[in-house]
Amino acid sequence: MDYILSVVTLAAINMIAVLGLSIFTGFTGLFSFGHAAFVGVGAYASAILTYYYYVPFFVALVAGAFAAAAVSLIIGVPTLRAKLRSDYFAIAILGFGEAFRVILENLEITNGARGLPGIDSFTTLPIVLVALAFSVWITRNFLKSRYGVACIAIREDPVAAEMSGVGLFRTRLLSLVLSAFLCGLSGGLMAHFLSFIQPVMFTLVQSTQLLAAVIAGGMGSITGPLFASFLFIVLPEALRVANMWRLVAYGLMLVLIMIYRPQGIMGYQELPDLFRRKISRSGTK
Amino acid sequence: MFLQTLVTGLSIGGIYALMAVGYSLVFSVLGFSNFAHGAVIMLGAYLGLALAVKLHLGIGLVLVGSIVGSGILAVMNERLAYSVLRRRKAPSLYLMISAMGCSVFLENLVYATIGSRFYAFPEFFSRQVVQFAGSSLSLLDLAAFIVAFLAILALHVFVTRTKTGIAIRAGVCDMTMCSLMGVNVDRLIMVVFLLAGAFAGVAGVFLGVKYLVYPTMGWVTNKAYIAAVIGGLGSLPGALVGGLILGVVETFVSTYVSSVMRDVFSFTLLIALLVWMPNGLFGSDTEEKV
Repeated sequence: MDYILSVVTLAAINMIAVLGLSIFTGFTGLFSFGHAAFVGVGAYASAILTYYYYVPFFVALVAGAFAAAAVSLIIGVPTLRAKLRSDYFAIAILGFGEAFRVILENLEITNGARGLPGIDSFTTLPIVLVALAFSVWITRNFLKSRYGVACIAIREDPVAAEMSGVGLFRTRLLSLVLSAFLCGLSGGLMAHFLSFIQPVMFTLVQSTQLLAAVIAGGMGSITGPLFASFLFIVLPEALRVANMWRLVAYGLMLVLIMIYRPQGIMGYQELPDLFRRKISRSGTK
Repeated sequence: MFLQTLVTGLSIGGIYALMAVGYSLVFSVLGFSNFAHGAVIMLGAYLGLALAVKLHLGIGLVLVGSIVGSGILAVMNERLAYSVLRRRKAPSLYLMISAMGCSVFLENLVYATIGSRFYAFPEFFSRQVVQFAGSSLSLLDLAAFIVAFLAILALHVFVTRTKTGIAIRAGVCDMTMCSLMGVNVDRLIMVVFLLAGAFAGVAGVFLGVKYLVYPTMGWVTNKAYIAAVIGGLGSLPGALVGGLILGVVETFVSTYVSSVMRDVFSFTLLIALLVWMPNGLFGSDTEEKV
């Protein structure tokens, strides 16, 4: 039972990060191979606060999320202002993620590549579920607000959106900061759940896993990526697949999705939409 | 000390340039960053290793075998993972994600089957050093530099002087027009991937001989990618110059500043270049058009 509980907790923590990336990739249309770095900022910032300074858990958690949001400005402001080609942006953020890992490995306070052991395990399933619900609520409201609508407009056609008076730089930056905030929140929860963090936990491999969940789940959908990321965590555990075969499958899946179903499982739809449509269809018959 | 650093930097830069050419070739024709190139280099190194250890071949035959093998691999990679997307005219980002998927897939397949052990090539080059103007240069570095230079020169001649080369350059300008003029685009792209794969084979063997062979060795190609960006993605002379510049600058940073900050420096350089000079030194205009 404990085992199942911990798998579900881990899946829920991961879902928060995927939700964050989904705002940026699924709704704003920019791809990132570096979001694991934001998870890492949140994890390290909050862990250092509780570990060295005995800051209360909730304060540390929020501080970690804000730290991730602040760090996202460092990479976001220059690259988004320059209006890079979308694939150049993905590469720039990849470089940022790798540089971040090297810095983590060489700082005194992060204990280098050995990582921080013995972080107090404050995270419990109810806390994670509350955080997840909070994240979904924020995301949903953001996407319904004028800023969220502007994001979607940019995803559909940046030039047309700019013509209609949407500020490309400001909207994209807002979307990046919010997505980094959620990733940071997820990182803080993760650090206090696993009670051990290490720089290799926040590398390109993890960024790819997050991106794979968003792409597989479906662009422009909240429930799709959540569902996909849950499957990604739970299925390998249930099937007892070794970690490396898991990655083999992720890689293969990215290629296959791009070839056969680039819009993902839920492409531009939400889970409730499916049911609603079914009901209305059967109603007209 | 200064001269020694310069010479070491140039020899590392030569290998970067070899790898960067593969990125540039594919980018110039298909317009996306082929991240699976690193995995092909890694597989080329494993292939060379198998030929050298199992069949006891010399360096010449190992190079030939690795070139042929990686060339075929790169072509298969294109056929299986990119050709459908290419025909559908999917956004270049889809191709890049597909390439990323290939890279993750191949790397971890090697992990899962061959294992994460580090392998060393048998010693092809005696540990002899050549004295040159007061600095010592290992035979291996010298060979790597010369091979890199000659290979890129040969490629340049091929692209500018032969019929297929002209077709490739025409394809870079306008693929649709090129196919209307009777060029077989599929064959053209196959040639491009064959060439990129061949370069990956050479780079893989030299990387393996210089360092070691292991599943994630393809990540060194991140540096090669940076080199390609410095020179301007899609430009062959750019790849050579970019590789040499990056090799030299990196060696100077690790000698005079700090070796751990070397990678941070390279990645910062990448971001700075993408932001302020996305076309690199020799690249053409790459702005997204309406």
